[in-house]
Order: sequence, then structure tokens, then C-alpha cells
Amino acid sequence: MKFVLAGLFGVIFGCGILLSGMGNPAKVLNFFDFAGRWDPSLAFVMGGALMVTMIGYRLVLPRGAPLLEASFALPTNTKLDAPLLGGSALFGVGWGITGFCPGGVVPMLASGHAGPVIFVGGLIAGIIVASAARGMMSTPAKPVAVVSP
Amino acid sequence: MTEFTPIQSLAGGALIGLAAVLLMAVHGRIAGVTGILAGLLPPRIVSDWGWRLAFLGGMISAPLVFQAVANMPVSYQSSASVATLIVGGIIVGVGVTFGSGCTSGHGVCGLARLSPRSLAATLTFMTSTAITVFVVRHVLGG
Repeated sequence: MKFVLAGLFGVIFGCGILLSGMGNPAKVLNFFDFAGRWDPSLAFVMGGALMVTMIGYRLVLPRGAPLLEASFALPTNTKLDAPLLGGSALFGVGWGITGFCPGGVVPMLASGHAGPVIFVGGLIAGIIVASAARGMMSTPAKPVAVVSP
Repeated sequence: MTEFTPIQSLAGGALIGLAAVLLMAVHGRIAGVTGILAGLLPPRIVSDWGWRLAFLGGMISAPLVFQAVANMPVSYQSSASVATLIVGGIIVGVGVTFGSGCTSGHGVCGLARLSPRSLAATLTFMTSTAITVFVVRHVLGG
């Protein structure tokens, strides 16, 4: 049951990516192409997502605990350090040459195009190598605090 | 050329946000695709892999559901070569691992939590993407 719900949320997330157009690399790249074929759509995607999460998180987090787990797993690190900024800058280079980010590319894996599959091959290799390099200090969900009610 | 789609993009963004809120409400997790995926890969394979696999499986099956429900084609245009896709994928993988997240984790969930790290990360990767696109399209020519 737990996994069925998580799968359903994944479907909703993926359909959001597809409806928004963010599975299309050209549409993503055109958002960043202010000097050329500018397509402002990505700003509306971020805006729509943020409107819902800004309100939704404020309704959910004060409840103290999620429905099916004991606690919320939230990052607690607040340091603006070199890995954060350097890694993010590097991510932008890869996003800029391909038009793919992790959230945008996963819902395109079964779209019938080879590009997303090839990109994800590289993505997985990059994550494995970089995680190994960072050792035990890495990845997004790492500094996770158990937030009790 | 891609068409500006404010309504669809806003609605799609709202669906992404809805999925993020539901994942937090039910599983207590950030809907960051980098973090979800990294937890399924060595060397960080975690014990709570079930929901991660289910969430990613749901994302992968989205084109089927989307085409059935919305009766709209999934648009895709890319001129990237195989080499660019592989190198780009590796660069993104390394970047989001050191940067602790991507557009979904930092740009949506982190900003909604008013996380200073996510704000800094989002401003950094949006800027660096814009510079990269400018260089690729207008300096190198494309």
C-alpha cells in the first residue's frame, strides 16, 4: 500500500513534467535563451509548483509526522559551502548543453526516444562516481534530521 | 522554436507541486529526483528503497498515463549528439551529487521550505545554465 501511493505520486509528478513541457529539452533550453528563442514557460512551471508546495508544506509539516512514517526526513544543513555552489554550477553546464535535468528526464525514459535513455546512463555513472568521491558526506538527503512532533 | 504554453506549464507545475506535497504528507520525504535516485545507487544504497523505486517507476510510466488521460502527444525535440548526452549526463550526475540536489529538490521543495542552501543552489544553477546556453547557441553557434 505504501509503495502503491509512492508510485501514484510518481505518476502525478511525471505527468506534471510532461504537461508542463519540461520533458522536452528544446523547451527547457529556450527558457534560458534570452538572447534568442525565449520561451518563458519554465518560469510558469516553477511558479505553479511553488504555489502548491509553499501552501501545501505549511499545511503538512505542522502535523508533526507523515501519515505512513514515524517522522519527516528534512535536510538540516544550512551552510553555503563550495560543494553546494560548485556542484550546482556544474549541474547548470550539463543542463545547458543537453536540456535535461534529473526530474525532467526520468518521465521521458519510456517516451520512445533514445536520448533520455543515453543521458540517464551518463547521469547514473556521474552520481555513482561522485557519491564515491564524496564518501560518507554526500548526496541530497544526507544530513537528515529526525523531526519529532 | 517552442510555443509559449503558460496555462499548461502552470498546470503541470501545480501537478509537480501536488506530488511533492503528497510525498511529504504520506512518506515525509522531499521530492528531489537526485536524492531519490542516489538512494538506489551504489555506494549509497539505502534500506528504504521501496518507495524510491515505486516513485521512479511511477515517473517512468507517466507517458502512458499522460497520453491515455490527456490525449496529448509527448513533445520532444533535441539536437544533442550521443556524445553530448553521455558527457552531459555525467556532468549533471557529478554536479547534482556535490550540489546535493537538482531542480526538483532545490528549485521546488527547497525553495518552498525557504532553505538558504536551496536558494543559493537554484540561483547558481539557473545562472550557470543560462550562461552555458548563451555560449553554446550564440558564441560557439548552434
